[in-house]
Amino acid sequence: MNLNVQNLGFAHGSTTTLQGIHASFEAGRFSVILGPNGAGKSTLLACLAGLRKPNSGTAKLGDEDITAMPAPTRAKRIGLLPQGAETHWAITSEALVALGRIPHARGAGASADDRRAIAAAMHATATDGFAQRPITELSGGERARVLLARVLAGEPEWILADEPLANLDPGYQLDILDLLRQQARSGKGVIAVLHDLHHAVRFADHVVLLHQGSIFAQGAVDDVITAQNLATVYGIDALLSKDEEGATQLLIKGKMRS
Amino acid sequence: MTSRFMTGLLLWLTLAAFLLSLMAGKVWIWPMSWAADNADGWIFLELRLPRALLGLCIGAVLGLSGAVLQGYLRNPLADPTVLGVSASAALGGVLAIFLGINLVPFGLFGCAMIGACASILLLLAIGRGGGPIGFILGGMVLSTLAGALTAFVISIAPNPFAASEIINWLMGALTDRLMEDVLTALPCMAIGVLLLLTTGRALDALTLGENGAKSLGVDLFRLQWLIVLGVGLSVGASVAVSGVVGFVGLIVPHLIRSFCGEQPSRILVPSALGGAVLTLTADSLVRLIPGPGEMRLGIAMAVLGAPFFLLLLLRYRKGAA
Repeated sequence: MNLNVQNLGFAHGSTTTLQGIHASFEAGRFSVILGPNGAGKSTLLACLAGLRKPNSGTAKLGDEDITAMPAPTRAKRIGLLPQGAETHWAITSEALVALGRIPHARGAGASADDRRAIAAAMHATATDGFAQRPITELSGGERARVLLARVLAGEPEWILADEPLANLDPGYQLDILDLLRQQARSGKGVIAVLHDLHHAVRFADHVVLLHQGSIFAQGAVDDVITAQNLATVYGIDALLSKDEEGATQLLIKGKMRS
Repeated sequence: MTSRFMTGLLLWLTLAAFLLSLMAGKVWIWPMSWAADNADGWIFLELRLPRALLGLCIGAVLGLSGAVLQGYLRNPLADPTVLGVSASAALGGVLAIFLGINLVPFGLFGCAMIGACASILLLLAIGRGGGPIGFILGGMVLSTLAGALTAFVISIAPNPFAASEIINWLMGALTDRLMEDVLTALPCMAIGVLLLLTTGRALDALTLGENGAKSLGVDLFRLQWLIVLGVGLSVGASVAVSGVVGFVGLIVPHLIRSFCGEQPSRILVPSALGGAVLTLTADSLVRLIPGPGEMRLGIAMAVLGAPFFLLLLLRYRKGAA
C-alpha cells in the first residue's frame, strides 16, 4: 500500500513551510527525504505521520486520509521515530520497547501478542542483551537501537524516522541504516529524513529532495543526487562517479565558489 | 513484581496508619471502646473517625496528583501547588470567611471549589496549545496572583479575630472536622481520583516526549483536560476541607519511584497509598506532641518537607556534576 501526498501545503503562522508537494512512497522501499536545514523535511514527515494537519492537499495511506484516521488506528499502521531521541525517566530498555504496544493495548497488562512483538523487536535490533538495564545507563548507540525497537514493536506497516542517525558514530549509523533497510526488504514502507548524502547514495531506493518548502527532484538515487542538483540546493561542489562494482560514489569537494 | 509487592505492602501500611490515626491523640482510644457509649466512644465517632477518613482521602489525593503531574510535566519537582489550584481554592475559602459565607452550610466548601474551578478554566485558557510549559507558567501566574489576593484580603480584614481565623484556616489542619465535611468532599475527590487513574498509559507514552506520545495515538489535549479536571476536583476539595497541606505531592512520588521504578503508570496507585500513609502518620504525630494546642499539619509537613526538598536538590547537583 502506498503513501501518497497530493498538493500538500503547510503553513506555520504566516510562514509557509511546505507547498505543492506531490509525492508517492511505496512499501518495500527505503525512501529518503533530503534537503538543507529548514527545507521542510521534518514537517513533511510529521504530516505523513499524522502529527500535523496540512493546510491544503492530502496525505493518504492507500485511499484513506491520514489526518482523518482515528489516532489509535493511525498509530498502529504508521510508526514514527521522532527527532532527538527524547526519553524521560530511568525505565528499563524492555519497558521502553513495550511502549510501542500502546496502540494495540486492550485492558491492563501485556498480551501474548505484545510479549511476542516486544521480544521480536528486541531480537531484530540486538537489544535483548540489555533488556533489564535502565535506558539512562545505555550508550548513544544502544539507546538509538532501543528506540528503533520501540517503533518495530508496534508492528507498523510504515516506519518513519526523523534524523535517526544524529549523534551516532559511523559504526552505529550503519547499524541503524542496515536495520531500516532490512525492514524495507521485509516489505514495510520505510521513510527516513537524513542529512548525510553518502548514506542516501548508499542506502536509498528512492529519494525526495526538498528545497525551500517544495520538491526540487524525486526519483531514483542517480537521477536525484546529481552534481547539478547538489550545487543548486546545497551550494556544494560534488563529484559523482561509478566504482568498478557499478555502485555510485560521492565525493564532496567543498562549497561552490561563486 | 516489585511494584505489586510494594502496592501490597503499602496497603497494609495504609491500614496501620489509619488505625493509628483512629487511636492516637491526647486521649488514646483503644478499639474496644470505639463503640462504647461514653466520652471515648463520642470522641471516636465525632472527632477521630472523620479526621482519620479525611487524612486518608487528602493524602491519597495529594500523592496521586503529584505523581500524575510529575509524569505529565516530565519534571520530578512538580506538585499540585504548581498548578495554582491549591492557592486559588485557598483564596476562595479565605473570601468565604472574610464575607461571612462560611456560616452558611457548604458556604466555605462551595467558595473554595469555585476558586479551584475558576483556576482550572483560566489555566485551560492560558495554557491552551502551550503544552507543559504553558501549563506550568500559567500555574505559576495563578498561584502568585491568588497568593497576593489572599494576603490582600487578610490585610483588609475588619478585625484581628477575622484575620486570625483566616490565617488559622489557611495553615492546613484536619482538626475538628465533622462527618459532614468528609461527606461533602468525598464525591469530588472520588471523581477526581478516577479521572487521574485513567491517565497512566498516556503518561507512559510521554516518556518518549510529545511527538513520541502523539505518534502512539495519545490525545494530548484530552490528557490535559483529564489532568486539569482531576487535579482541580480532588485537590480543590481537599483544600476546601483542610486548608493547604503541601509537600505530600512532591515527596511521595519520589520515595515511591526509588522502590517501584520510574515508569509513570506504575507509581500512580502506590503514590496514592504512600500519600495516605504519610498524611495519616504526620497527623497522628502532630497530636502526640506534648504541650497546649497542637502543631498545624500544614506546618508540620513543611517542616518535614523542606529539608527533604533540599536533599533532593543536593542529590541532583551531585548527579549533574
